[in-house]
Amino acid sequence: MNAIHNTNHTGSRNSPPALDHPQLANIFTADQARAHWHDGALWFVRQKRDRMAKAIPEWEELRSLASQIKAHALANLPEYLELFERQATEMGAVVHWAADGQQHNQIVYDLLKENRAQRVVKSKSMLTEECHLNPFLEAHGIEVVDTDLGEWIVQLRGEPPSHIVLPAIHIKKEEVSETFHQHIHTEEGNYDPTYLTRQARHHLRQKFLGAQAGITGVNFAVAETGGLVICTNEGNADLGVSLPNLHIACMGIEKIVPRWIDLSVFIRLLARSATGQPITTYTSHFHGPRVGGQLHIVLVDNGRSAVRSHHTFQEALHCIRCGACMNTCPVYRRSGGHSYSNTVPGPIGSVLAPAMDAHKHHSLPYACTLCGSCTDVCPVKIPLHHQLLAWRGEMAERKLIPLSKRLSMKMGRIVLGNSLLFRTGGWLARFGLRMLPKWLTHHRLNTWARQRDLPIAPKQSFRALFQQRKKRHQD
Amino acid sequence: MRVGLFIPCYVDQFYPQVGMATVEVLERLGIEVDFPEAQTCCGQPMANTGCLDDTRPLADRFLQIFSGYDHVVSPSGSCVSMVRHHYEALFHNDARLHHLSEHTWELCEFLVDVLKVEKLPVRFPHRVGLHSSCHGLRELRLDACSERMGNQHSKVRRLLAGIDGIQLVDLKRCDECCGFGGTFAVAEEGVSILMGVDRIEDHVASGAEVMTATDASCLMHLEGIIRRRNIPLRTMHVAEILAGRNWQ
Repeated sequence: MNAIHNTNHTGSRNSPPALDHPQLANIFTADQARAHWHDGALWFVRQKRDRMAKAIPEWEELRSLASQIKAHALANLPEYLELFERQATEMGAVVHWAADGQQHNQIVYDLLKENRAQRVVKSKSMLTEECHLNPFLEAHGIEVVDTDLGEWIVQLRGEPPSHIVLPAIHIKKEEVSETFHQHIHTEEGNYDPTYLTRQARHHLRQKFLGAQAGITGVNFAVAETGGLVICTNEGNADLGVSLPNLHIACMGIEKIVPRWIDLSVFIRLLARSATGQPITTYTSHFHGPRVGGQLHIVLVDNGRSAVRSHHTFQEALHCIRCGACMNTCPVYRRSGGHSYSNTVPGPIGSVLAPAMDAHKHHSLPYACTLCGSCTDVCPVKIPLHHQLLAWRGEMAERKLIPLSKRLSMKMGRIVLGNSLLFRTGGWLARFGLRMLPKWLTHHRLNTWARQRDLPIAPKQSFRALFQQRKKRHQD
Repeated sequence: MRVGLFIPCYVDQFYPQVGMATVEVLERLGIEVDFPEAQTCCGQPMANTGCLDDTRPLADRFLQIFSGYDHVVSPSGSCVSMVRHHYEALFHNDARLHHLSEHTWELCEFLVDVLKVEKLPVRFPHRVGLHSSCHGLRELRLDACSERMGNQHSKVRRLLAGIDGIQLVDLKRCDECCGFGGTFAVAEEGVSILMGVDRIEDHVASGAEVMTATDASCLMHLEGIIRRRNIPLRTMHVAEILAGRNWQ
């Protein structure tokens, strides 16, 4: 066991602190320089995406096509999953079905045990993060090493990823240097990215060579061929499944696309939306196990069927996990991925998380200004901000919003529902703002006014001015 | 043409000059507007909180008050979007709503789409930063947004660009949200303030003297930060510029 596995992941990965998004966001924004740096790093990626999208004249048509293909695939999901299973099996793969994260973890563990695999390398897979596979396997004495550089950095630090494509985007190179120094004894104070990357490469290479199994995620599973597509920039998935004989590919059931040709739409959208690259460095197709090896594919539901059967939220399953909604979200960029307390953060995470546990994630649909940028940037056209609005309706219906909010909305309805009450209330507010001393209107309990002035109250309302104007015109 | 003026509740009480500017712009173009006195609020604050039971009575009220008009015009993209896109979830197959949602307009789009205005005979010799309020931008498509590719309409920007003497500045982030977001401004204070400060700094760095927007709510939040920090930037609603108001 090396240092990685002495780190206790279970606490940080499985049970996020019982704080709401605003509280966690306030902690992140308290360090303004850092929040600013984080915002800038992600905005840079968003701009790269814009340049790539602009270079494709049919960009908007591609988005529409992708959305239609996903809608079709989801409408016929059982048929396509079965077709995929038949085709994959025919090529020699073994397909497993997991209803939830627990079953998924058990299936993976049993496979490793059967094959006496103690050392495992894993390429980036948000599904295994979602199922908390690492702590489960570690508790059974298996060494799992995340081989995506960003994932490995957060693994060493005992943190969950803060972004689905850029897991360590919240960490500065100086901090990476400290982490490496602590765990793999790199030179203290050497922040040179090339040096650090070489050290990581050297260390991970030993892990690859010693691995007895490779676990990967899946970007697309093609029903008609039974093939898998895995996209990486580091080639770590390829190496991880080429050296050991056992390849376990874990995927959510929504990763299915019907035809091989459909990839011509999704591959063009994925990397451009994700990182502003025309294509990932490696786009690897797997058709059955390699000679002498085994390929196991674990199909995981874990709440997806429930989302699929929900009329309002089913489109959330179109998601191809590109992360573009995170890069564009002005809230995510300034509050950091950990403020969402969910494997998938940002707009899509705020739609998916409450479907798993509405009580725990009640604040996420409100971690949003409803600006709609996510909806327009999404390569598969998920109406994200409308889904977040719909979630708010669900939260209110299930009484999962704070009582103070519920009461103030009720009050609002009463005052605004009566023109006399509204006019009187308005008059009082304006009069009070004009007459009361500033310390009485701008006190600490008035959250609006802690860092903002209230409007300068006019003497007369619009309706009064309008009446006067009408009178003047009539006279 | 019977045109009903819909003045958002907080504009009525705190930004009457925006309402008056709207009236002037329309009257100069020969449109006589009617302001139904019973109006209060479209219900958006409740709807955006998810409290649909508290929204329905207000939306119902709005429908009763405004369904008799040929057109309803408002100096707010956000409130118009509420009526046009979000009332549908509250009423099922109400014929009145069908008419209302198709004939409720944000001021600039009413000028461009209905009145076919190309140019307004006013002068505003200042450097102006246009803050594209999100709901006007992405729900009503009043201007081109940076996420979408291909040809897009430009209504607010075109109207402003046609004004004598005006100089529209180029922002680094042409359409990022200001962080108002209704109750978000209070519930997520930390992020809201950072977003507002970033927008203001972008306008200041771009040399803007005046920051304008289609929604007074964004400006209320931004102006609040500007005044607290004594930043040399003035906020004006688009209607005020279109009405040829002086900047002081």
